[in-house]
Amino acid sequence: MRRENLLTVVAASLFALFVLLALFGPWLVPYDPLSTSAGASLSPPDAAHWFGTDALGRDILSRVIVATRLDFGIAVAAVAVSFVIGATLGCLAGFHGGWHDRIISRLADTIMAFPLFVLAMGVVAAMGNTVANIVIATALINLPFYIRVARAEVNVRREAGYVEAARLSGASDARILVTHLFPNILPPMMVQISLNMGWAILNAAGLSFIGLGVRPPAAEWGIMVADGAQLIVSGEWWVAFFPGLALMLAVFSFNLLGDGLRDLIDPRRRT
Amino acid sequence: MNAAQSPSIAGQARPAGAVSAHQTPDPAKPARVPLLDVRDLHLQFQTRTGVARVLDGVSLHVDRGETLGIVGESGSGKSVLFLALLGILEANARVTAGSASFGGFDLLGSSEAERSSVRGRELAMVFQNPRAALNPIRRVGHQIEDVLLRHTATPRHALQARAIDALRRVQIADPEARYHAYPFELSGGQCQRVMIAMALACEPALLIADEPTTGLDVTTQAAIMALIARIARESGMATILVTHDLGLAGAHCDRIAVMHAGHLVETAPAAELFARPRHPYTARLLASTPYGARSIESLVSVPGQLPDLTRTDLSPCRFSERCDRVLPACAGALVTRDMGEGHHVACHNPC
Amino acid sequence: MNAQRLLAARAGVAFVLRRLAAALPNLLGVVIVTFLLTRALPGDPAAYFAGPAASREAIEEVRHALGLDRGLATQFGLYLRDLAQGDLGNSISTGRPVATELVERLPASLELTLVALVLATLIAVPLGVLAATRPGSMVDHLCRVIATAGVSLPTFFTGLLLAYVFYFLLGWAPPPTGRLDPAFSPPQAVTGFYLIDALLDADAELLAAVAGQIALPAITLALFVIAPISRMTRASMLGVLSSDFVRTARAVGLSRARVLYVYALRNALLPVVTTLGMVFSFLLGSSILVEKVFAWPGVGSYALEALVASDYAPVQGFVLVLAALYVLLNLVIDLAYGVVDPRARFEA
Ligand SMILES: Nc1ncnc2c1ncn2[C@@H]1O[C@H](COP(=O)(O)OP(=O)(O)OP(=O)(O)O)[C@@H](O)[C@H]1O
Ligand SMILES: [Mg+2]
Repeated sequence: MRRENLLTVVAASLFALFVLLALFGPWLVPYDPLSTSAGASLSPPDAAHWFGTDALGRDILSRVIVATRLDFGIAVAAVAVSFVIGATLGCLAGFHGGWHDRIISRLADTIMAFPLFVLAMGVVAAMGNTVANIVIATALINLPFYIRVARAEVNVRREAGYVEAARLSGASDARILVTHLFPNILPPMMVQISLNMGWAILNAAGLSFIGLGVRPPAAEWGIMVADGAQLIVSGEWWVAFFPGLALMLAVFSFNLLGDGLRDLIDPRRRT
Repeated sequence: MNAAQSPSIAGQARPAGAVSAHQTPDPAKPARVPLLDVRDLHLQFQTRTGVARVLDGVSLHVDRGETLGIVGESGSGKSVLFLALLGILEANARVTAGSASFGGFDLLGSSEAERSSVRGRELAMVFQNPRAALNPIRRVGHQIEDVLLRHTATPRHALQARAIDALRRVQIADPEARYHAYPFELSGGQCQRVMIAMALACEPALLIADEPTTGLDVTTQAAIMALIARIARESGMATILVTHDLGLAGAHCDRIAVMHAGHLVETAPAAELFARPRHPYTARLLASTPYGARSIESLVSVPGQLPDLTRTDLSPCRFSERCDRVLPACAGALVTRDMGEGHHVACHNPC
Repeated sequence: MNAQRLLAARAGVAFVLRRLAAALPNLLGVVIVTFLLTRALPGDPAAYFAGPAASREAIEEVRHALGLDRGLATQFGLYLRDLAQGDLGNSISTGRPVATELVERLPASLELTLVALVLATLIAVPLGVLAATRPGSMVDHLCRVIATAGVSLPTFFTGLLLAYVFYFLLGWAPPPTGRLDPAFSPPQAVTGFYLIDALLDADAELLAAVAGQIALPAITLALFVIAPISRMTRASMLGVLSSDFVRTARAVGLSRARVLYVYALRNALLPVVTTLGMVFSFLLGSSILVEKVFAWPGVGSYALEALVASDYAPVQGFVLVLAALYVLLNLVIDLAYGVVDPRARFEA
């Protein structure tokens, strides 16, 4: 029990740190993340550049910090979009059943019929190489999870006593959905959100790593790892290492928090 | 491990009255060595809310060929008692005191290897909810063969025939076909027959039937009970029947033991118990249960409920809080009195 | 007895047909989505498919070839016809049919994915079993930490780390470039899987070279899916160990090993088999990243090379082929489930 609490505290502190960096990063950095310097290229970590510099002589620490906002921004936006659309569709499917349910479930199944990262890649490749499209693609592959959770939760509550009571007192379907059902499905949806955040960051960074979405010289963890990839075999490990580490820690803190939240809200599903 | 190496109980004891090599008969008493002899068993569970002392000084014995009934409310510790004797309780259970001898074999002190060679061969147990108690993805015939393989030296080519024989013995229709069936293809009653077949495959000396008919419909219940009784009679096997159903216990058992909150409160021959219940708890049970009628579940007349066994301030008599015959003496140590005629009662103020 | 066998056989056939029927809508969905992806492009799909350097005539030619000057329904018909003929268009950079190039490179990707899956299973299942048999122990905590850390690993980053440590620092692994050291010539192609082909050639040296080359990328991929598999194994093993039938198995005296492996584990693996679908989704997705890191000549790096060159037919072909492969894998998983769980074959 205490060990788990400790882990959760560590995760929460890490998370808080990342949030701070995302909010205030640009004012905290020691160097301009975009300014190049031919003289100082590929210098290993030292007192001046804690994380070293990249091939163009940019300070990696500054770039890692500044990238937090972009990476978190993409993930938060994507999860928000899938939450809103997924909750709406899931509620409709669960509440009305019938053909609503069939069409919406089929949509979720069709998305799930793809290996999800491959689908995201195909979507960004087809729609164009922009940050907005990364958000859309990441939202799309998260959508089925929200649809399914919302649908299942509404479905079991559709016949509940308080819903019947509201119906008898003349409340419209929309009103019942919004005031009676939606608040009840929020806790499981929150768990889903916290479990999805880490995954959304991973996906977005993965897409940038293969050259989709964010474009240089913007600082983003996935791109920075890609920049450092060729340098690994010649021993310049720091170029890829620090952004990769930041990415890993961010995802790790999200996942730990997600686990903690799930244990809190729904102890039975604990594995 | 094969049968020859493992400790044998029935082998040395089948000739009725034979005394096991491990036990010297007490010269003071005539040699009536019980098949199962449990003395002062204490068992506790480590739970999140504390230590639950679920068995608190249970002593009982079963003779060869005898049928003993165990009755008591849900949660009184009936199943735990026998799971402990078999040594198959969860890891949070601990036997803190007591002994159990089964035909001379030390059930509680032996190694797991020795105990597992006795389980299923000499000492068998069947459970309630037979459908869940069988491996869902293994053909029932193979499950019986697993037991034969473990405990007997049956050659592989003869296994199937022996498994089918075991099924025939429990009167399953078309045993050759059922051999290939999966549990989900059988009815609840058929599953219970399969489990009995597994339990009896090695002709054990003692069968513990833990609510073998709960959850089955009434006619199936009667058929299963008749089957167990017939096999016990034919093979001289002793049986312990754990049940909620006083009527059932009365109809099938030589003696009946009544359990309450981890205590054996009263033991007596069946007719004696029904005629002259001495423990207030038994009396209450019987008063509301016309002989041969329904189960304890439906009783509302025993007021109160089982005490929380994690409490540290339990009175020595765990029934005293529910009892209307309680005396100041009841706060003293609980002793079991011999009332004669094999009638024992753990009460300071018997009826 | 015969009647029962017949019944079982009939149930088996019905089961296979049912699973096939259930896979079809997914396949259709995949085809429709990939079709929409090729047509619903912002801007001019013809220009897009013709590539950045195409002349106006070339674009018009592509437009006509793709049927883009006709109605959407007709276009879909043409698309289906092309698919049925195995025509996924041509790559602009190489000028060769996309389908041919994908088929050539598919074995490399499949070999990597399957080796990773086997590796992950061999580690994750025992880990999950250990954790479940000793809840609260060190192994259990380790399993939990690995599970959470594992799903947090960006595969492309772990790949790079492994390459740095095992190639650059320790020199144990060959350079992270491709399936085979150029000093060797590939084994005679029988299955297209170098490991198996090298084994068939009975060439130990070649086999060692091939194994050394696949080790790091496969470990990278495996690390990512150890987490879900071990987690699932642990959870389902815990459930099964406290089930009634395990108690029965112990009550009849079966040995600990038999109870654990024949009774508990086989049942516990059923839910694990059903999660393999999700595992494959992870594997196929991350294999793109791993192929890029290790310059693995599979379909993923093929698609990425095309992506960089703005050559879109290979990318679309890749998405379609991987999605179809995934539907197929799910079908195989469903059928395998029917084999191991008799109940699945009979349910209506
Ligand atoms: N693994 C366990 N951990 C903690 N407590 C347990 C455990 N198993 C059983 N108990 C407790 O032991 C007590 C006796 O349980 P037991 O199953 O023996 O009752 P029972 O008399 O067989 O009831 P029933 O008639 O319902 O089968 C109960 O209070 C139960 O909660
Ligand atoms: Mg019980």
